Amino acid sequence: MSQDTDRYKLFSRRAIVLGGLKIGVFGGLAARLGYLQISEQQKFQTMSDKNRIGHRMLPASRGEIVDRFGVPLAVNNQNFRAFIIPEQIEDLDRIFDKLSNFIFLSEFEIEEVRIAITKQRRFTPVLIKEGLNWQQTARLEFHLPELPGLFIEEGEVRHYPLGPATAHLIGYVGRVSETEMTSDPIMSMPGFRIGKTGIEKKYDPVLRGKAGSVRTEVNAVGREIRELAKTESEDGHRVKLTIDAELQIYCQELLAQHKSASCVVMDSQNGQVYALCSSPSFDPNLFSFGISAEQWEELLSNPAVPLTNKAIAGHYPPGSTFKIVTALAALEAGIIDDSTSFYCRGYHEVGRDRFHCWKASGHGHVNLKKSLQQSCDVFYYEVAEKLGIEKIAQMSRRLGLGDQLGIEIPGERSGLVPDKNWKRGHFGTKWQLGETVIASIGQGYLLTTPLQLATMTARVINGKKAVKPILTYDVEGLKVPKPDWPELNINQRHLDLVIQGMNAVTMSEKGTARAARIKEEGMSMGGKTGTAQVRRTTRAQRRAGVKNEDLPWKDRHHALFIAHAPIDNPRYVCAVVVEHGVSGSGTAAPLARDIMTEVQRRNPAINQTSGSESL
Amino acid sequence: MNLNASHTRYSDQMGLFDRVFQISWSYLFFITLIAVIGYVALYSAASGNIEPWALSHAIRFSVGVVGLLVVALIDLKLWHRYAYWIYAIGLCLLLAVEIKGFVGMGAQRWINLGFINLQPSEIMKICVVIALARYFNGVTVEDIRNPKTLIIPLILVLLPTALVMTQPDLGTALMILMVAGAIFFLAGVSYWLFGIVLAGGVACIPVAWHFMQDYQKRRVLTFLNPESDPLGSGYHITQSKIALGSGGISGKGFLEGTQSHLNFLPEKQTDFIFTLMAEEWGFIGSCAILLLFIVIMIYGYLIAFRSNNQFGRLLALGITMNFLLYVFINISMVTGLIPVVGVPLPMISNGGSAMMAALFGFGLIMCVYVHRDYKFGKR
Repeated sequence: MSQDTDRYKLFSRRAIVLGGLKIGVFGGLAARLGYLQISEQQKFQTMSDKNRIGHRMLPASRGEIVDRFGVPLAVNNQNFRAFIIPEQIEDLDRIFDKLSNFIFLSEFEIEEVRIAITKQRRFTPVLIKEGLNWQQTARLEFHLPELPGLFIEEGEVRHYPLGPATAHLIGYVGRVSETEMTSDPIMSMPGFRIGKTGIEKKYDPVLRGKAGSVRTEVNAVGREIRELAKTESEDGHRVKLTIDAELQIYCQELLAQHKSASCVVMDSQNGQVYALCSSPSFDPNLFSFGISAEQWEELLSNPAVPLTNKAIAGHYPPGSTFKIVTALAALEAGIIDDSTSFYCRGYHEVGRDRFHCWKASGHGHVNLKKSLQQSCDVFYYEVAEKLGIEKIAQMSRRLGLGDQLGIEIPGERSGLVPDKNWKRGHFGTKWQLGETVIASIGQGYLLTTPLQLATMTARVINGKKAVKPILTYDVEGLKVPKPDWPELNINQRHLDLVIQGMNAVTMSEKGTARAARIKEEGMSMGGKTGTAQVRRTTRAQRRAGVKNEDLPWKDRHHALFIAHAPIDNPRYVCAVVVEHGVSGSGTAAPLARDIMTEVQRRNPAINQTSGSESL
Repeated sequence: MNLNASHTRYSDQMGLFDRVFQISWSYLFFITLIAVIGYVALYSAASGNIEPWALSHAIRFSVGVVGLLVVALIDLKLWHRYAYWIYAIGLCLLLAVEIKGFVGMGAQRWINLGFINLQPSEIMKICVVIALARYFNGVTVEDIRNPKTLIIPLILVLLPTALVMTQPDLGTALMILMVAGAIFFLAGVSYWLFGIVLAGGVACIPVAWHFMQDYQKRRVLTFLNPESDPLGSGYHITQSKIALGSGGISGKGFLEGTQSHLNFLPEKQTDFIFTLMAEEWGFIGSCAILLLFIVIMIYGYLIAFRSNNQFGRLLALGITMNFLLYVFINISMVTGLIPVVGVPLPMISNGGSAMMAALFGFGLIMCVYVHRDYKFGKR
């Protein structure tokens, strides 16, 4: 028995040791639970919520852009997109293999999908291809059972019904770049596109709308269990432009006759722009699903720069169209009057330099009206000598040159109106009298954009206000402030004298644009030709009588024309620039004639509907 | 010699009726309480449905309790007498799955008995305890100092361990070793021998690593750094910790556990059932469950101390140890203290084999209690 008692004692001691150990383990487990459930509770609570609560964004439709009559310029089309859920896919290669029977996937696209899959959570859908057509969509839908993990979703894609005709004006949309990223949650939505240029960019915050969101409780595979909260999305606002779509198309087609040209048609009374074209253009719809590298390369390498909106960003010497500025400055300074006349013998000498008139034989006696009608250079050389560059520069600025006009599309350039200060700042040298002389006929340092030339004309015709170009007719749900332009403060008599001269350009026998006059009753236009030198005509060329049109394209003169119509009660104005078009009267004026005829025929300032189809 | 003459009524010969009266109903109550908690947890795991787990859990328990009582009422002497036979049967079952697994594909650890998938290794743990208890019952305090005495019990332990290891089921193998170790310790094997074995064990870790399966290695590595692959193999443990931690002090409320009901928590009805309870009932609830297990442990000790025979003492503590090992390993695993090894929480996790083994064990402990005044000879 003592034997068993010993054993019992030993057993008891050992059992107590072992029991203590177990109590220790229990204590350890309790401590661990305390650590996780009390000390770290906050952290794990957050992680649990993150697990549990899913955010899903609700897309907002991008606002439409329409012309003044409501003709759609930018709309949203159905966009069928194919997605895969990586989690549900066993063999990716097999899926790609099968997909290739229905849709084309490039190596690059497949690679992109593979990268996206590795970056995202396994249950987040990955976009395979968008912009599927009806046939592709139907075939995919039919074969869905063989393609587990694939689904098709309908989204929206921007479409521009007028294509190239409004490419520069409306712009296009594209994927958000890093620099464009803001805190707006809509930007993180798959397939969201942001305005890259034109109206699309300018009005992007208004057009894009507000993304809605749903907070949902999701399970481990991302399936939504129930909705916790929902904010509806707000669609973007409709933007209505002052543009007349049909006129825009008309102008664009007209310009396409030339290698590179641009034009602006606007209203001298309210500044509304009816057409704003730059040619050549491109199809903005190419950008909808991402443009191919080759197409992009082609656009970039084209010497006629199709991607640039030359109507607002083309820098051209104004040439003789600038004579109306010099004339107004001289009239205001009292240097000339309607009766003042100079004698043109084909050139004018300032010191040792000889400045030629375009007409080598000379115009003889020239007064203001004749100087505009026949575009005599010598008249202005004489005037400039007495006037000085400062007064010319001042008048230029008052007429809207030398600075941005603030039109509602990005990329506008400011042009250049040189003066003494500018030259000192820029070259560190003194202003030369000869530079004033060539500035007076719109050459030298002077640079203008077609938009500025149109605005200049509009101000001359308006006479009261310093009109600025406007593209926005209205924005749905947004107050567009009424323009409040400063007074022009130019003597109406002086303006009338200049306008008479401009009317003579087309209407009189010897006018430089006589051939391009409008013959329709009551639609006559006045205007001013401009032929801007790109390169100075050398003495050798002058002696040899080299014709400008025989030079390489890049060296030919720019052809310009500014116009207003109808002459009885002018309202519409336009500026046309044909790059390297050789002659303002020969190339630009006929375009202006057609444009001004069309705009008067359509008369968008008065008509409430867009012509033909609404009749 | 007969110091306990007054207890002769219970010693050596007891009628069935006498035995029924000796059953500890309070012990049975606590066992039942654990099963009830399991039922409630499984009801929650199924998002408030008795299907598919809670109901079958209740049925299994009801059947099992009958088994428990049967085991408890069988004469302890019979358990003692047939201890090695029982061990042999357990070993045969183990061999059977081994052969079946060898013939079939991969690791099949269970035998289908029709109403239950029996996992012989679960039963084997208890069989080892019975066999060792029988062996050490016959060893005197003097004998135990002699290392030769330990040869037979070592064989008894290492044979099934090796078999389980080849399945391969490292967790169960280690558990058999630990339970056996506890019995060796209780039987009085010297401390220094344990020191040597422990040192040897540590030295063997690199060797063991070499023989581990890839998935086992991955589990260990993931355990060491679970954040390294939060969506891959570290997913289980990360999600389990999130569930536990987000439960806080008082929990998210019954049926309100988001981690478990939204399926972030894997295996919520089996290995991770403790996490589910801790998420819904918080620190208070999880500690209450720990407390319940402590009560079960204390009962084991009281019964062992009360027993008048070494066989009963070793049996009671050995089986208690076995039960607690499940608890320790399971809770350590779900709280991220040890790698994920796939050990269920006995009596609570859904699964028949573990509950059957646990109830069989409790039946034996009860049997020890019923026959607490028995005295055994050495043989």
